[in-house]
Amino acid sequence: MTAPRGSASPASGGGPVRRTAERLRAPRADRSNAVHAGAWWIWALGLATAASRTSDPLLLALVAAVAGYVVAARRTDAPWARSYGAFLRLGVFVLGVRVVFAVLLGSPIPGTHVLVTLPRVPLPGWAQGVRVGGPVTAEGVVFALRDGMKLAVLLVCVGAANALANPARLLKSLPGALYEAGVAVVVAMTFAPHLVADVARLRAARRLRGRPDRGVRALLQVGLPVLEGALERSVALAAAMDARGYGRTARVPAGVRRATAALTLGGLLGVCAGTYGLMSSTGAGYGLPVLLAGLAAAVAGLRLGGRRTVRTRYRPDRWGVRAWLVAGSGVAVAALLIAASSYAPAALDPPAYPLTAPTLPLWPALSLLPALVPAFAAPRPDTPAARGNGDRAVPPTRKRPRPNARPSAPTTRADDAPDAPTALPGDDPDATARAAGDPPTARPSDGPNTPAARGDGDPAARAGDGPGGERRGAGPEPGGRRPHPSRPAATEPPVS
Amino acid sequence: MIRFENTTITYDGATAPALRALDLTIPEGELCLVVGASGTGKSTLLNAVNGLVPHFTGGTATGRVTVAGRDTRTHRPRELADVVGTVGQDPASHFVTDTVEDELAYGMESLGVPPETMRRRVEETLDLLGLAELRDRPIATLSGGQRQRVAIGSVLTVGPQVLVLDEPTSALDPGAAEEVLAVLQRLVHDLGTTVLMAEHRLERVVQYADRVVLLPGPGAEPVTGEPAEMMALSPVHPPVVALGRLAGWSPLPLSVRDARRRAAGLRDRLAGRAPAPVLARVPAAGLAHGSACGPARVPVAGPLVRCAGLRVRHGRTEVLHGVDLTVAAGETVALMGRNGAGKSTLLSALVGLHPPAGGGVEVAGAVPHRTRPAELLRHAGLVPQEPRDLLYADTVAAECAAADHDAGAEPGSCARLLAELLPGVDPACHPRDLSEGQRLTLVLALVLTARPPVLLLDEPTRGLDYAAKARLVALLRGLAAQGHAIVLATHDVELAADLAHRVVILAEGEVVADGPAAEVVLSSPAFAPQVAKVLAPAPWLTVAQVRDALEAAS
Repeated sequence: MTAPRGSASPASGGGPVRRTAERLRAPRADRSNAVHAGAWWIWALGLATAASRTSDPLLLALVAAVAGYVVAARRTDAPWARSYGAFLRLGVFVLGVRVVFAVLLGSPIPGTHVLVTLPRVPLPGWAQGVRVGGPVTAEGVVFALRDGMKLAVLLVCVGAANALANPARLLKSLPGALYEAGVAVVVAMTFAPHLVADVARLRAARRLRGRPDRGVRALLQVGLPVLEGALERSVALAAAMDARGYGRTARVPAGVRRATAALTLGGLLGVCAGTYGLMSSTGAGYGLPVLLAGLAAAVAGLRLGGRRTVRTRYRPDRWGVRAWLVAGSGVAVAALLIAASSYAPAALDPPAYPLTAPTLPLWPALSLLPALVPAFAAPRPDTPAARGNGDRAVPPTRKRPRPNARPSAPTTRADDAPDAPTALPGDDPDATARAAGDPPTARPSDGPNTPAARGDGDPAARAGDGPGGERRGAGPEPGGRRPHPSRPAATEPPVS
Repeated sequence: MIRFENTTITYDGATAPALRALDLTIPEGELCLVVGASGTGKSTLLNAVNGLVPHFTGGTATGRVTVAGRDTRTHRPRELADVVGTVGQDPASHFVTDTVEDELAYGMESLGVPPETMRRRVEETLDLLGLAELRDRPIATLSGGQRQRVAIGSVLTVGPQVLVLDEPTSALDPGAAEEVLAVLQRLVHDLGTTVLMAEHRLERVVQYADRVVLLPGPGAEPVTGEPAEMMALSPVHPPVVALGRLAGWSPLPLSVRDARRRAAGLRDRLAGRAPAPVLARVPAAGLAHGSACGPARVPVAGPLVRCAGLRVRHGRTEVLHGVDLTVAAGETVALMGRNGAGKSTLLSALVGLHPPAGGGVEVAGAVPHRTRPAELLRHAGLVPQEPRDLLYADTVAAECAAADHDAGAEPGSCARLLAELLPGVDPACHPRDLSEGQRLTLVLALVLTARPPVLLLDEPTRGLDYAAKARLVALLRGLAAQGHAIVLATHDVELAADLAHRVVILAEGEVVADGPAAEVVLSSPAFAPQVAKVLAPAPWLTVAQVRDALEAAS
């Protein structure tokens, strides 16, 4: 898993150009070369900024396509990566809602092409200015479509960031004082899939009671049990986290604690006052300095507060060249599109009235393409095939021949093959034969510490159970006493 | 290492203490097993060691508990985190992060271990527990045994001197359980870790214990001693101990190996006798319909469950590849195989939760996924792995009334059924307050109200003690004798030997063995019950068989 690979050139032949190309190819992703989660978010937010600058449907579609391509090329098969589909669906839903509202409530866009005239709902006098029903114009629908598309593309960009960056890793980069809040968010995020699974399980259970498992009522009736389950799980998790040392704090002198509280509170007050000053007409003079001072105090408070946590970070993501490329491409796209909105405002934001066919402005379109850089620069994700045992709970490497589907009692009697505890009857004739002739030392009836001995005795019988193979190298003596890494804590003083 | 001094723990609102006057000293490097029936305070004892009781759960503790010299009265659980590692019953509720490597590091991060040390310990622990292949895997994609090992690893990286485990192997198949036990053995032998563990499946663990704490029941004081002595007293004991008691061996054997060495005499006494079949022969269909829980008559000739080339997919993964299975009326079939072999999926497919991707499935004349739930109820009933999922109401009586309504049965039939299966349960009781065994029986009664001829059970013995298991076995035998076809998915080889006419072994979604129970379990060391291992090559399966034969002889 950790061996450097992927970047090694498989093609030994070829000219220097080809060798250079091989060398520049993205390596296979693993933990040590993962692109910083922040870089992915900057890339996605850059793309979203670009999308927010235009309402041209072709440009928006191009943004979505670029994001989709990068996701397809670089996402892993981890659970969070599957959220992209959900964001796509959410985008389509938002688009639909926007159009439905435009049809029902009318549109501020003047139009001449009336598609259909809905009956108008008479409204009381106090609802003046609100219109329900009435003529639906093509211009209005097109405007709503473009507007909805903008929102949908923003959602798709956020979804892309979600699929490409592990959200938990992003939160790991938070400053120490915010660590506990970060953990709370991570826990909340891992809870959502559990809730979905609970709903599915309880709906299935309704079916077992003979009640319909579809429909809104079924969903509502499982609500209470799902909430109960979620509560129970959170209590269990809280207990586990407490027992694992969550919330341990270092002893901090009282003075520092008070200073932290004063700085944080004062800083936040300053930020509030400063913002008010900036907004109001009278305080523009003192607004900015107060705001800045407040910010500085708040930051100092956070830094000082970080002293209370004893926490350290395990293998934080490094911000390397590839992270710069990923983040830079997003920033570049945002900057190019902002520039484009000054040199070609009409192309980026074509008027909805009169109706025209959308055009693809050349330069803005080209300036979106740098966002494709991550699809080549970021490390390639490991495909299940390359990793060997996929994302399934049971590694799919266990296709074994089964010459005799029914067990043959005389050859595999319990006393003959006690050292192949997980061999299924008849699934490996070799194992059976070997088991029968194994040295007596490996038989469980000779050693009380059987599991290790059994595992050692017949590696072939366990070959399918992935981790079981770890024990293969052990000697045949019973008891599992064999050399192994020293006690993890042996050389470290206990942390308190 | 761990000292209990006259500790009594009473939860708020409880009338009797959950743990009474415990005096216990566990020295360093011992594997100590806590034994007792359900509800005798095993989990309370375990959680008193890491301080969760009473700091987290509330309640009153008197006396003193010290761990590595730290008093749990003055140290909160988080301040004990570097000396005590705890893994609860459900490893899934233990995980804070989403990948294996992060999970292993999480505890050390909270304790502020320097990054270089963290890295080294994670690598060591990955090797120690055989998790190196899984380091980048999301935890959600791991199997049960792998999760249990990750959970143990996640507390081990901190380098605790004490490891507290609540039922570490109950949910695992025999192979995965041995993986976990092998890891515990290494920790005790090589690292000198003190392990305190509670487990219902004594047949798996008792031979590894250095000391046993017996919690005899509410009101009685705990007893501590050598495993063999304690097993002589214990109301809960594995079959090998039951056999030893029957044969009058002293000291009692704890492992199959001990028993085999003493069994020569017993084998001689049994020589020439054939074991009586564990179960009566499969009764002809529709023998008895008198009892309230007998199946309704269905106009079906031939087998009640029929799968032919059944294929089922979850997403893009095919979980079952062409499974053939037939079950006749009155027959009990045990589905076995490792975690993830497709046992639960097969049961769900039989009640229409998964439409087949190919092949046919028919249950008592109905095609499950095309039948309305209310109608299917009369054909097949499934008791899921988590029986609690089927309970919605806040009293047992309301639950029964709802079942009558769901099944279209006359009012009161479920309550009558429950009275027959589980006499003496208070109808005003909340289903959550029942013990695991009672709750299972309640769900069984709810499912049987519609009188389905086919009864399916998924891991029914998870979390049951031996007494509850014996009651369940008697119950299911009665139901089979009345003509129910029963299919149960289980890891419990003793249960399968006790109950099943036929055993079907699934691996990777295919049937790899299907035959009479005695033949299949005797031919496979993984699935052979303890008595069979002791008395092999003679085909004895259960202690009851041996007892009957000995009584007949004398």
